[in-house]
Amino acid sequence: MNILKKNIANGLGTVIAIIISLIIGSLFIAVIGKNPYIVYLKLFIDTLGNTYGIGQVLFKATPLILTGLSVAIAFKAGLFNIGAEGQMNIGAFATAWAGFTFESLPWYFLIPLSITAGFIGGAFWASIAGVLKARFGSHEVINTIMLNFIALALVSYFVNNVYFVPATIHTPEISQNAYLQRFDALTGLFKGSPFNISFIAALLACLAMYYLIWKTPLGYEINTMGLNKNAAKYAKMDIKKLTVLSMAIAGGIAGLGGLNFVNGYKHYFELGFSENAGYIGIAVALIARNNPFGIIIVSMFFGILEYGGLAINTIVPKEIVTILQGIIILTVITLSRIFDWETLKSTK
Amino acid sequence: MDDILNIAFFLQALRITIPYLLPSLGATFSEKGGVINIALEGILLVGAFSTTVGTFYTHNIFIGILCGVISGVLIGLIHSYVAITFKANQIVSGIAINILALGITKFFCKIIFNSSSNSERIIGLETLNLPFNPFIILCVIILALSYISIYKTKFGLRLRAAGENPEAADSLGINVNKMRYIGVLISGALSGLGGSWLAFNQHSFTDGMSAGRGYIALAAMIIGKWNPLGAAVACLLFGFAESFTLQFQESGIPTQFIQMLPYVLTIIVLAGFIGKATPPAADGIPYEKKD
Repeated sequence: MNILKKNIANGLGTVIAIIISLIIGSLFIAVIGKNPYIVYLKLFIDTLGNTYGIGQVLFKATPLILTGLSVAIAFKAGLFNIGAEGQMNIGAFATAWAGFTFESLPWYFLIPLSITAGFIGGAFWASIAGVLKARFGSHEVINTIMLNFIALALVSYFVNNVYFVPATIHTPEISQNAYLQRFDALTGLFKGSPFNISFIAALLACLAMYYLIWKTPLGYEINTMGLNKNAAKYAKMDIKKLTVLSMAIAGGIAGLGGLNFVNGYKHYFELGFSENAGYIGIAVALIARNNPFGIIIVSMFFGILEYGGLAINTIVPKEIVTILQGIIILTVITLSRIFDWETLKSTK
Repeated sequence: MDDILNIAFFLQALRITIPYLLPSLGATFSEKGGVINIALEGILLVGAFSTTVGTFYTHNIFIGILCGVISGVLIGLIHSYVAITFKANQIVSGIAINILALGITKFFCKIIFNSSSNSERIIGLETLNLPFNPFIILCVIILALSYISIYKTKFGLRLRAAGENPEAADSLGINVNKMRYIGVLISGALSGLGGSWLAFNQHSFTDGMSAGRGYIALAAMIIGKWNPLGAAVACLLFGFAESFTLQFQESGIPTQFIQMLPYVLTIIVLAGFIGKATPPAADGIPYEKKD
């Protein structure tokens, strides 16, 4: 009962935060002489009022679910993963690399290979920060930020110098055998939208996280370490191993964030494809209070904003949704003091 | 011929260094007071945009600079309000502000210049190409003042106390949160000024033109071990490394590896391979007053 009450209070608090944010955002719309009511109405009707719009929202939500999960898992372990952006880029590049390098493999080998490559790429990148923390005690926040930029430079090097397609900033196309089909092509639903099977992968990742954290001994250890590191030490848990492992799992899941774009949409890796999904994932995890099912809902909300921007671009510049994203995060973390949201309180 | 090349090389290095140096000095003030400020990136961007708009309408670079600095302080105020007054997570606040800055600048760029990606041309500091132009001299003065005020004044002592041991500072009657506000606002002003330089140097605003410089500034501050002089040395190092690759393209070093340099060095320094890098003890931790 207590937990239910807490969840309702959390949900209510989030809704209040979003309403306040929309009100603040409406000032920007009013300042340029447009009617906020009309803009917001169009934003929600054009995204949720037809199956194409819903498909676009779910398409935009897919990578956010994965980066949100990535941040949430690290949080459970008491680690703050700012590095989902870099992990996602390394993972997505690895996904594409497998897809265009082993192009002769049949789909039932190539798709799992491509997914595994993405996971390993992200896991490897995140575990660098994990090892640095475990071995030298250096703080993962700064290291993951730095690793983000190193990752971006690294993929830029590979795309521009090694696997380049002249006059583009993307890699060669992956084999058709690595495609994750669109729901449109499979079922005729969500006509025209790039919403694809990688969404299922994201949902499975949520289930896997739920299972891992709440039903396995490893999850128990991760949780214990996150709640009280000293207690975990006292119970003879291997903190160093858990730190590296938690980061690797978090990074691996962020690494899957590229599937949506690479295998499901454009069929190549492109520089800048991630559109800050790694950073938005931090907001997703925070607002969802690290709950895997909450993450799905919050990701969809951010998906509405991301696609909705395009829908209202004829009335106000689409960047209004970027402004809204920023304001929502600021409002949520500010209100967290008032609503006493544990996970949002400053931790170090 | 060689001399001309060397002067060009040197000037270019300085031009690259300045927008690292100003936010880096700002970061030092902020973190000495105990507040991590990764909003520097967004402040640079907003500073560059405000400078462009101010200069575009008035054709006066001083008003442009004023706009840049004031907008930087205002964004600093948001960060302070959220992270100090409401004790929210400083990293998340910074990330949110950076997203907000990206949105605000593109939004108003579209409204004012009818393009969300670049502004119209503005006048700049034509003297930028002289070795001793006023802006560079100003930066050197700011560097000296930063060092003196942090290490040689009562203000600096109080600021450092707020970042090292806020409880003790509080018991001595220092208003910890006020010191932290001042630290963050100084970082906002300096980063805003850095934005002005970006705008004048390019004679326009383009979207995302801060291009990660705020994070490089943060890296420089860490490599410089939270000391303004150390930060300046690190910024110069990055400036010269970048200038080197631009001038000597045929050196064969891919630019991406030079781009990685600040970040890789930061990780190495943080791991303790080059001496000990210790942040202020209460850096990043909101101060909870105990009654």
